[in-house]
Amino acid sequence: MSSNNLKLTLKIWRQESSSSKGRFEEFKVSVSSDASILEMLDELNDNLEREGKNPVAFESDCREGICGTCGLVINGHPHGKIPKIATCQLHMRNFKDGETIYIEPFRAKSFPVLKDLIVDRSALDEVLYAGGYISVNTGGVPDANEILIPKDVAARAMDAAECIGCGACVAACKNASAMLFVGAKVSQYSFLPQGQPERYQRVQAMVAKMDEMGFGSCTNTYACEAECPKGISVTNIARMNNDFIVAKIRSAEVEI
Amino acid sequence: MIKLDSKIPAGDIAEKWSNHKFNMKLVNPSNKRKYDIIVVGTGLAGASAAASLGELGYNVKAFTFHDSGRRAHSIAAQGGINASKNYQNDGDSIFRLFYDTVKGGDFRAREANVYRLAEVSGSIIDQCVAQGVPFAREYGGLLDNRSFGGAQVSRTFYARGQTGQQLLLGAVSALNRQIGKGQVKLFTKREMLELVVIDGQAKGIICRNLVTGEIEKYSAQAVLLCTGGYSNVYFLSTNAMNCNTTAIWRAHKKGAAFANACYTQIHPTCLPLHGESQSKLTLMSESLRNDGRIWVPKKKGDTRKANDIPEDERDYYLERKYPSFGNLSPRDISSRSAKEVCDEGRGAEGGDAVYLDFSDAIKRLGKHVIQERYGNLFDVYETITGENPYKIPMKIYPAPHYTMGGLWVDYNLMSTVPGLFILGEANFSDHGANRLGASALMQGLADGYFVAPYTVGNYLAGDKPEKANIDHSEFNNTQKEVEDNIKKLLSINGKKTVDEIHKKLGRIMWNKVGMARNEKKLKEGIIEIKELREEFKKDVKVVGQNEDINQTLERAGRVADYLELGELMAVDALHRNESCGGHFREEYQFEDGEAKRDDANYSYVAAWEYESPGKWNLNKEPLQFENVKLATRSYK
Repeated sequence: MSSNNLKLTLKIWRQESSSSKGRFEEFKVSVSSDASILEMLDELNDNLEREGKNPVAFESDCREGICGTCGLVINGHPHGKIPKIATCQLHMRNFKDGETIYIEPFRAKSFPVLKDLIVDRSALDEVLYAGGYISVNTGGVPDANEILIPKDVAARAMDAAECIGCGACVAACKNASAMLFVGAKVSQYSFLPQGQPERYQRVQAMVAKMDEMGFGSCTNTYACEAECPKGISVTNIARMNNDFIVAKIRSAEVEI
Repeated sequence: MIKLDSKIPAGDIAEKWSNHKFNMKLVNPSNKRKYDIIVVGTGLAGASAAASLGELGYNVKAFTFHDSGRRAHSIAAQGGINASKNYQNDGDSIFRLFYDTVKGGDFRAREANVYRLAEVSGSIIDQCVAQGVPFAREYGGLLDNRSFGGAQVSRTFYARGQTGQQLLLGAVSALNRQIGKGQVKLFTKREMLELVVIDGQAKGIICRNLVTGEIEKYSAQAVLLCTGGYSNVYFLSTNAMNCNTTAIWRAHKKGAAFANACYTQIHPTCLPLHGESQSKLTLMSESLRNDGRIWVPKKKGDTRKANDIPEDERDYYLERKYPSFGNLSPRDISSRSAKEVCDEGRGAEGGDAVYLDFSDAIKRLGKHVIQERYGNLFDVYETITGENPYKIPMKIYPAPHYTMGGLWVDYNLMSTVPGLFILGEANFSDHGANRLGASALMQGLADGYFVAPYTVGNYLAGDKPEKANIDHSEFNNTQKEVEDNIKKLLSINGKKTVDEIHKKLGRIMWNKVGMARNEKKLKEGIIEIKELREEFKKDVKVVGQNEDINQTLERAGRVADYLELGELMAVDALHRNESCGGHFREEYQFEDGEAKRDDANYSYVAAWEYESPGKWNLNKEPLQFENVKLATRSYK
C-alpha cells in the first residue's frame, strides 16, 4: 500500500431539489491515492462545511459494496469504469494526478434527483412489492434439508441473488430499463424448487409493475451487465422473457 | 429505582419456552387488526418482526432511514449463521449451541434467553430456505456447513461470503410481500428521533422526514426498536456510515434501562487503517480463519515483506498459545492477542497489523478450493489494498464491530418501558460479554421471526393498551422537544465540523475505552468525553437548514447522542472491576494475560437508569447459572 497524493479537478453535479435546475460545480482537491472516492467527497464536504458552505449531498452506507446505497456516475460510468465494483470500492489509485473527474447522479426517468447526487430509486422497490417474494408465512415450513437442491442449481440461484439493488443497470441503459434487476430476482426464484408454485404469476406481476413505473424495454446493448457491480448476467433477462412468454401462453390456455 | 424483573419462566430450561408459549395470552385473530405496531429498523430483526407481525394480521408501521428496507447493515454480514441442526453428525445439539454461546459470552448472558435462541435456531434455517435463500449446498443437494470461531462443530450455514445479504433479502422479501398486501406500511427516509411515552407506556415515536425535514408523529400500541448497535461511537468501525444509537439512546433517556454498555466486540479480522481520511474499517469475514493462519515475525521491528520472512522466523501466536482452538479462538482473545504482538513491536512490516496467510491452505487444497470458498472476500481485499492475497498474505487488524450491550430487556424482549420491545443487536440479551461468530444473524432472526410475534401479542392481550391520539399533549410536547433540539443544533454556528468532533470522540473511545482498559484511562476518558460534549454544544458547526435533505444535521444529532453514550460506556467499564469477554481490564488478568472474571461480585447484568446528563443509577440483575457450570474460559 504505497500512497501518494493526487491533485484533481472535480466537476460535481449540484441540484437543490427535484424541481430545480442542476449544474456542474468545479472543485480542486488533493487526495491520498489510498482513499476511496467517497472518502475524497467526505474530505471535500468537511472543508465545505468549515467554510459554511453546503456540502455535496450523496448517499452511502456500508462502504463495502454490498448495501447498494451508493451510486454515482463517474466519468460517464455508473460506479466508475473499473468493472464489478460499487462506487464506494473505487479507490483513488485508479486515477492520475492532474485528472478531471466528472461526478453525476444516476440518471433515469424513474429515478428523480432529490438533491445533488441523491436520486429516488423507490420504483425498484415497487416492483418487488408486486411479486419479488415466495409466499410463505413464518413457521410451518418443511425442514431445510427436506428438498434437495443440486449444488449447481443453488449456485446459479445465488449468482442471480447477488444483485445489490443499486440501480446502476437502469442508469447504464439508454432505455432506462430495469430488466436486469427484475430478471435477476425472477431468475433466483425460477431456479429454486421453492419458487415454482408462483413462478408464472410472479413474472407477470413484476413485469406489469416494472412497465407501470416507467422503466424502458431491453434492446440488448448489454450496458447493464457491463456496469453491474456484481456482474449479474443478461441471461437473467432472457430467462425472465422466457418465463414471461410461457406465462402468457399458460394464461391463454386457461382462458380457452 | 427501576425494578428489574427478567420474567424467566419457571421449570426445566428445555421446557421454559414451550411452557411460556402455552401460558402466554393470545390476541383473537379478528382482534389483531385493531392493534397498531411500530417497528423501527428493517435489518434482520426489524424486517423479520414486521413481516411476521403483518402475517399475523396486526397493522404494522415499519420505519427506516434508508430509501429501501434492503439497505440495513445486516446486509454486510459475511460469514454465516449458526444453527444446531447437527446435519454434520458431529455431535451438535441445542444444548451444545446453548453451552457454546454462554461460554463464548464469558458467562455474562442470561441462560434462559440463550437456550431459547439455540432452540429456535433450526427453524430459522428452515424459514430462510422456504423463502428462497440460496444457501451453499453439497453435491448431494444437502445444505453445507462450515465451522466458526468458538465452536468445535460445523454448524454455520452460509451463502458464499454474503450470508447477511441473502438472509436480509429473504426477510425483506417477506416484508415486501406484506407491504404489497397493505398489511405493513413502510416509511422510508424517516429517522426516529424520540419515543413517546404516555402514562408510563410506549405509545409512539417522533420521526424526522429526511427529505422534507418535517417532524412527524406516529402512534401505536407497541413499539419495537430493531435499530442495531453502537460501534460507530468509535468513529472508525466496521458498521455502516449511518448506523447510530439515536433510537435506543432517546428511548433510554425516556426510561429504558441501558445494560452492559461496556461490552463491545473488537473484531480480529479487519483491514488495517490507511490514513487520516479513512471513513470506516472493512471487515474480512472471520470464516477466513478456517483456512488462514495468523502470524507475525518473531523478531521485533522486523520490516521485511511477509514472503521474505522464513518459516522459522514466524510466530503463529494463536496456534502456539491456544493449540486446541488455534486460529479459531474466540474474537476477543484473537483481537487482544493481535494488539499484544503489535504493541510488542512485532506487527507486520513494523506497523499495526498481523498476517493472515493462506499459502498452506492453497498448497493443501489447491487455489480453486480457496477461490470457491473465499473468492469474493479476496477480491474485496485486493480492490481495497491493491495487493493479491493469493500471493501475499493479507494484513489484518482488530476493529470495533459489534456491541453486546444495549437496552435491557426481559425474557419477552420488553424493555423497562412497558410496550417498548428491543430486538437484535439493539438489546443486550443473548451474547453476554462476547458474541460468537455467526450468532448475530441467528439472534436477529430469532427475535424477529420466533420470539417477538408471540411476546408482543402477549403484551397486547394482557395489558390491552389503548391507542393514543397523535394530538395528545405528550405527542405535541415530544414533537416540540425534537424541533427545539434541531433548532439549537442549527444555531450554534461554531468552528468545528461534526466529523471533526466525532473523530475526536472516536480517538478518546479507542484509546481509553477500547480493547484494554484500566481505571486511570477510564477516568481520564470520562473527563475528556464531558469536555468534548461541552465543546460540541458551544462550537459545532451544522450548516444548512432543517427543511431540506441535510446530512450534516442528521450526523450532528447522532454524534450528540454518542457523546452521552460514550460516557456511559466508560462509567460501566469503570464500575466493572473484572475482565470478561470483550471487556478487558488490565488490572484483572492472570499471569499469562488471560481475562480474570470475578463471579462472586460481578455475575450480574448492569442495567443503567438515566437520571440526568452524565448521571445514572445502577440496577443489578443477578445472573443465575443452573445448567452451565461457571468456569474459566479456556480455549487452550
